[in-house]
Amino acid sequence: MVVSANIPLGSSHFLLKFTHKEKLPEMLPGQFVQVRVDNAPGVFLRRPISVNFVDKQRNELWLLVQKVGEGTRKMSEYKTGDVVNMLLPLGNSFTMPQSTQSRLLLVGGGVGIAPLLYMGSLLKQQGCNPMFLLGARSADGLMQIDDFKQFGDVFITTEDGSAGEKGFVTQHSILQQHIDKIYTCGPTPMMQAVARFAQNNAIECEASLENKMACGFGACLCCVTQTQSGHKCVCSEGPVFNTKELSWQI
Amino acid sequence: MADLKIRIGELEFKNPVTTASGTFGFGEEYTDFMDLNRIGGIFTKGTTIRHREGNAYPRMAETPSGMLNAVGLQNKGVDYFISSIYPRIKDYDTNIMVNVSGSTIEDYVATAEKVNELDKIPAIELNISCPNVKQGGMTFGVSCAGAAEVVRAVRKAYSKTLIVKLSPNVTDIVSIAQAVEDEGADSVSLINTLLGMAIDAETRKPYLSTITGGLSGPCVKPVALRMVWQVAKTVKIPVIGLGGIMNAADAIEFFLAGATAIQIGTANFIDPAISVKVVEGINEYLDRHGYSSIYDIIGALEA
Repeated sequence: MVVSANIPLGSSHFLLKFTHKEKLPEMLPGQFVQVRVDNAPGVFLRRPISVNFVDKQRNELWLLVQKVGEGTRKMSEYKTGDVVNMLLPLGNSFTMPQSTQSRLLLVGGGVGIAPLLYMGSLLKQQGCNPMFLLGARSADGLMQIDDFKQFGDVFITTEDGSAGEKGFVTQHSILQQHIDKIYTCGPTPMMQAVARFAQNNAIECEASLENKMACGFGACLCCVTQTQSGHKCVCSEGPVFNTKELSWQI
Repeated sequence: MADLKIRIGELEFKNPVTTASGTFGFGEEYTDFMDLNRIGGIFTKGTTIRHREGNAYPRMAETPSGMLNAVGLQNKGVDYFISSIYPRIKDYDTNIMVNVSGSTIEDYVATAEKVNELDKIPAIELNISCPNVKQGGMTFGVSCAGAAEVVRAVRKAYSKTLIVKLSPNVTDIVSIAQAVEDEGADSVSLINTLLGMAIDAETRKPYLSTITGGLSGPCVKPVALRMVWQVAKTVKIPVIGLGGIMNAADAIEFFLAGATAIQIGTANFIDPAISVKVVEGINEYLDRHGYSSIYDIIGALEA
């Protein structure tokens, strides 16, 4: 894959766009890629990154990345034209709703908003009207808001009240409206709070997990999560799980 | 094109490149990335007499030039392997060898007996060296008497090629290899992971749920090479070398140290097609140096 753009988003995130000389394979919302980070001496394993968006017309893959450690910092230095080795696409996907009339809420926090943009674009394409509820610590942590607005209404919470409603996503007034299904991705405590809300209100809820991985394709069994039917690999049996299936104490 | 065929006991391999247990699933996980028929063999995920859930998450920590794991032998048990996995993988044109794990001699023997009945499984690898479960066999693998006892029992129950995987977490791996050879093992594979740990200074907590885990990757290669060299010059049975092999050059080093075959482990996670590339690289090396057979370089260290 060849880097076609590297766009900083605030001080700690960046958006990478990649293209390829051949047509990109079909990618599903919720799937991820495993990026090999070269020339970073402290990085041994690949870095799993969610598919943020696929621009089919431009044959482009977008990855929204947070600078966390040496690997993602190295990725933040990628320049247009750099060639990057990645395995793709990996993992399962969010499931589409049964009806285009369903009221769908996509709840994201921090860099966890990444897969929701692609999911939202496909929902819109299928005739749904998804709503997005995006949370951040403060206004400068909000990203891609204009992109999300192309595909549905956007609701915002910030912990400090600098944008949208003050508080956590689970405190937003939109949750008082009728919702048929929730898709969520973000920090685990946030997803667990969303899953608890869904459970208490009998709403279907799918969550995309991001456990630490080695291989990314179900061989090493390192990234497991506990489910009602035992340990499952987040990489190959997830990353998306129906929250009823997870053994979360919520 | 040099001759890459090797033998381990009665068993012929089309080439000396195999994949290490616990890093390659049952082979099926890799078919999107490579042609399994091109490698010499596959060592399956550790298989026990009964289903095991394995250890709690987190089970993995990246470390300098390697990783720690504490998976803890998660597997669905030998009966599930026989009914559900074996039928799907048995017809690949490569040696599929079951890694037999256990915590008692009875469990090892019972699992080996069941695998002995499978026509297309020509060998087992007896894992007496898993560091990640309380009774993962390492209790057997760290003493000559323990290793001898379990190999003696399994040898009686298992009629095909018996490979014993040795732990590096011992004072003298050579004496354990000799004990295993004396009990009728056809080969030894070494090394399993090195016991290690990783700590998050910020939270003052271990990175693994089990605190300690098994270290693998290029960081262990010098230790593995040394042990393979020591064992290979002492025992008469063939040695299968593993530990941090990332490319063909690394594999060549193990042959020079005395290994008859090699296993690729952690490298599969970074490049899932690496094993086929290593086969090609070994062939290229032999051609470039004018060797006609892989046996020309086994134990050919000039020291």
